[in-house]
Amino acid sequence: MLRDITIGQHFPGDSPVHRFDPRLKLVLTILYIVLLFAASNPLGLVLSILFLGVMYKVARIPLKMIGRSLKPILPIVLFTAVLNLFFVAGEGEPLVRFWILEIYPEGIRYAVLMSVRVMALIAGTSLLTYTTSPIVLTDAIEALLRPLGKLHFPVHELAMMMSIALRFIPTLIEETDKIMNAQKARGAMIDTGKLTDRVKALVPVLIPLFISAFRRADELAMAMECRCYRGGEGRTRLKVLRCTRQDYLSLAVCLVCFGAILASRLVFPNF
Amino acid sequence: MASIIQVEDLTYIYNPGMPGAATALEGVSFEVEEGDFVGIIGATGSGKSTLIAHMNGLNRPTGGRILIDGKDIWADPSKIRDFRFMVGLVFQYPEYQLFEETCYKDIAFGPKNMGLSEQEIDRRVRQAARFVGLSEELLQRSPFELSGGQKRRVAVAGVMAMEPRILVLDEPAAGLDPEGRDTILSQVKEFHKKTGTTVLLVSHSMEDIARYADKVLVMAERKLAMYDTVERVFARAPELLQLGLSVPQVTKIFLKLREMGVDVPTDVYTIPYAVKALLAAKARRDAGESLILPPRTAENGKGGGAEC
Repeated sequence: MLRDITIGQHFPGDSPVHRFDPRLKLVLTILYIVLLFAASNPLGLVLSILFLGVMYKVARIPLKMIGRSLKPILPIVLFTAVLNLFFVAGEGEPLVRFWILEIYPEGIRYAVLMSVRVMALIAGTSLLTYTTSPIVLTDAIEALLRPLGKLHFPVHELAMMMSIALRFIPTLIEETDKIMNAQKARGAMIDTGKLTDRVKALVPVLIPLFISAFRRADELAMAMECRCYRGGEGRTRLKVLRCTRQDYLSLAVCLVCFGAILASRLVFPNF
Repeated sequence: MASIIQVEDLTYIYNPGMPGAATALEGVSFEVEEGDFVGIIGATGSGKSTLIAHMNGLNRPTGGRILIDGKDIWADPSKIRDFRFMVGLVFQYPEYQLFEETCYKDIAFGPKNMGLSEQEIDRRVRQAARFVGLSEELLQRSPFELSGGQKRRVAVAGVMAMEPRILVLDEPAAGLDPEGRDTILSQVKEFHKKTGTTVLLVSHSMEDIARYADKVLVMAERKLAMYDTVERVFARAPELLQLGLSVPQVTKIFLKLREMGVDVPTDVYTIPYAVKALLAAKARRDAGESLILPPRTAENGKGGGAEC
């Protein structure tokens, strides 16, 4: 059950999307999120989703992966949809009136737009993690945050912490699985029993998990020290991020698409 | 005696129907009689650990059935906990499951989950502690202050205290020094003898299997390859070697001696028996008997020693 988590999952590949410079990819993803909110008309949203669909095709990520990444956030989508449905007040008569709840046509419109937008947002950011390995991604974050280093912001340390955290997610999941099984074998009620029993049954899982996480941290610190890790200063990399002409070309194409989507709002204001 | 474990055509697939589906067990069938001490051997990835996780219902079979004491353990999934108390499972590196403030409380975790009375829990904890040689004083200490070997013993005691009818151990001696190995395994044997508990022991050490087990179950590539008495399994040395396994060191020596034309038995699996066999051979030589085999017999002897 814990193995089903897809957050931060990476699908190695050799498509143009995979090869695209991670820094530009990260910036474009952020721009895409902005675009989703800026181009808030239905036409703009449809075009944005179309763009994303093409990107998934280019990256050769099966479309059903979108479904899988959307599954965990479904409650949030429903929640925002319901909130919008009931709390957006429009002009004129409400469509339905029930107790103190009123539904206006505007509410329905907002609810649909909002949930589609949130889903597109998740699908868009998932594409980033699907096509970029966590290590490369943290490299990109470090490169983009570097200017903050001038303000004594610990950029390298932050990036290192992130890559370590990402690296250990699967390890800790596996560990949790093992400990849960061991406690289940001693009769702990993790998968059966009442809710209160299940919550109580977490203690025997969490304590060994924390202990093992600390032990791993100790071992990792030792191993890093043995390899003379001493922080970011003067540290060189095996793979230096460099933008090629292809990268700039892709960037230009994406930016033009974004611009066109944004412009669609001005050209067809009524959609 | 009746079979306490019956495994019928057990098949297990990880993530069935998903892209990452992997068959871990294929058509495994065997029976274990009450009171047996069965060693389980097999190369890494042969399905040993998956198999034993089925014994108390941690894995649910994709196909086939498991009967404990004649009852299908998955007949009623809500009753699975009863079988977990009946089949005690000690995982690899069990010391990482310890969590209580004192060893006493940790050993009492299983019996407490069984809903036993205070007195009964106390009796079981103390008895289990005696089996693994933990002193009264250690019981009141935190398990996190103990040495690796002691922690391991606390964890094993935690399962023994549930007084299961079947005790399954997955490499209980892994990572311990030779003395720690002998201690823990002989304690398990002692427990087996005194309580009559059926024991399944997974091990990579052929010596340990030869020394403690009565029967050996050999897993190879997700299937059951052999299941027989220790003598008969280790007599099939060439096949074991093909499966990436081995026979005890001392057996290798005797197989080699036989190959070189010395008249010694080849069914020697433990050191004490080897000493006896050598003394017997010496006595025969002293009596003037020749120990050199005729060359032809040597060729046809229970071969396979050369590859060992």
